[in-house]
Amino acid sequence: MQTPLTSRVFSGLNVRLESVLVLLGLALAMAIFAPDFLSLSNFLNILLATAVIGVLAIAATFVLCAAGLDLSLGSVLAVAGVVSGVLCVNLGLPWFLGLLGGLLAGGLLGAVNGLLIARAGIPAFIVTLGMLSVARGLALIISDGKPVYGLPPVITFLGQGRFLGVPMPVWIFLALVVVFHLILSRTRFGRYTLVIGDNEMAARVTGIDVPAHKIRLYVLSGTLAGLAGLLFAARVNAADPTAGVSYELSAITAAVIGGTNLFGGRGTVIGTLIGALIMGILQNGLNLMAVPSFYQQVAIGTILVLAVWLDRVRDRRRV
Amino acid sequence: MSTLLELHNVTKRFGPVEVLKGVSFSLEAGEILGLLGDNGAGKSTLMKIITGIYSLEGGEIIFSGKPIPYPQHNPREARALGIEMIYQDLALAKQQDVAANIFLGQEPTYRFLGFWPMIDKAKMETAAQAAIARLGARIPSVKYPVGQLSGGQQQSVAIARALTFNPKLVIMDEPTAALAVREVEHVLDLARELKRQGISVILISHRLPDVFAVSDRIIVLRQGTVVADEHTAQTSMNNVVAHIVGAH
Repeated sequence: MQTPLTSRVFSGLNVRLESVLVLLGLALAMAIFAPDFLSLSNFLNILLATAVIGVLAIAATFVLCAAGLDLSLGSVLAVAGVVSGVLCVNLGLPWFLGLLGGLLAGGLLGAVNGLLIARAGIPAFIVTLGMLSVARGLALIISDGKPVYGLPPVITFLGQGRFLGVPMPVWIFLALVVVFHLILSRTRFGRYTLVIGDNEMAARVTGIDVPAHKIRLYVLSGTLAGLAGLLFAARVNAADPTAGVSYELSAITAAVIGGTNLFGGRGTVIGTLIGALIMGILQNGLNLMAVPSFYQQVAIGTILVLAVWLDRVRDRRRV
Repeated sequence: MSTLLELHNVTKRFGPVEVLKGVSFSLEAGEILGLLGDNGAGKSTLMKIITGIYSLEGGEIIFSGKPIPYPQHNPREARALGIEMIYQDLALAKQQDVAANIFLGQEPTYRFLGFWPMIDKAKMETAAQAAIARLGARIPSVKYPVGQLSGGQQQSVAIARALTFNPKLVIMDEPTAALAVREVEHVLDLARELKRQGISVILISHRLPDVFAVSDRIIVLRQGTVVADEHTAQTSMNNVVAHIVGAH
């Protein structure tokens, strides 16, 4: 038995060499074949386009690592955006109450998911599939089915502003990546998340409060979805109740391409960042090459299946 | 010797099934108790009550002179009291490394940037290495995922986890069932060593020779009640088997 090369090279970050190589290979291919791919402004474009899905993908990573699932991310995103829009615009409340309201709405819906999963024992798939529909309906009810326009300037700055030339959503996304990477890989909260996904009984018998931890995870997931909703609304300067449809699937795809085990126990946030960037670069490069978006969907689906297949081959070789 | 654990008339039911019908016995400090009984006799349920996974319905359990406060008792509290259990399936997180498994639920932390508690990996790995060495086990690296180790090595990890936090009582559930002959002797030696250190052991096993080799006393559970409580030196395998199958 010898330490695999990948874990030696990237042991500090716990990132798989394969995903880094795919990312670099893809970037290289795009640099050669896609006109204007290789520029700072295009690089920032990719990051900007990745930010909202990326924040959702951080949430998906945590939930998947604990062998859970959150299908309601995209709908919760819409609720948070609409809540902050209604608070700020329709009710004329100050911007920070709008932000707080959006985050709280996300966290609250996450708490409902968590309680139903951890206390009532309903499978996460069912609970969050239900929430996918319920939250979408709530977003439409709260906004009366229409987008809310004219968000306060502080909020739109978070979506459209730049700091040192870099768009604010990119700063926020990258800051979250660093913080949540440390949480997942270095703190007890992250360790228990992985252990619950690995072997729930091991977590229970060693004294980890599994139900409480699961509830916290879904609250975290909902809150991050809320934050993604605020960023999205801020960027397009409209809180749209139909925003984020099927984003949860992109988020899960990014996490899985980045090496998160769909059945729990393994995953990193840096890996998920790489997964999200692979998707972002693919989309961006194919756009620049004027490949119709229909083909992009085929490409992303193929990469997802390839990533998991590679993973299986690797595991079989290892064990 | 002083009494470590006393059970008084412990009862437990799951729905209509009465699993424990008033179990009473006591355990001295530094005593090795063999707990025997057929499948479904209530051994596992009883142990899970002691380790805080289940609550009890009636009766009382006194540990180190204090009643255990059911139903608030839980696995964290049990470990804080010094009650550790080595599970038959080992209860390990297979994708996590050896050090992570040994310190599961008890990770040492330091304050990153002065305020953010993070797991002290270096300290954990050093201590895990020492714990494995104390057991005389050989494991390539404490950074290996447990799932990559052999069955015997995995069991060493489970044992190290139980012994690292100064237990007063170690419950072993079928610790020798999946082991090679040489490894069995190792586990039995370990039970004797714990006894020497004044640590009590409850050994659950279907292998009577193992139980007779190390235990001071043997208790037989049958259909949720204690049907025999005898000193090992004063009983025989035939007698114990008769109790287990209900031929008395």
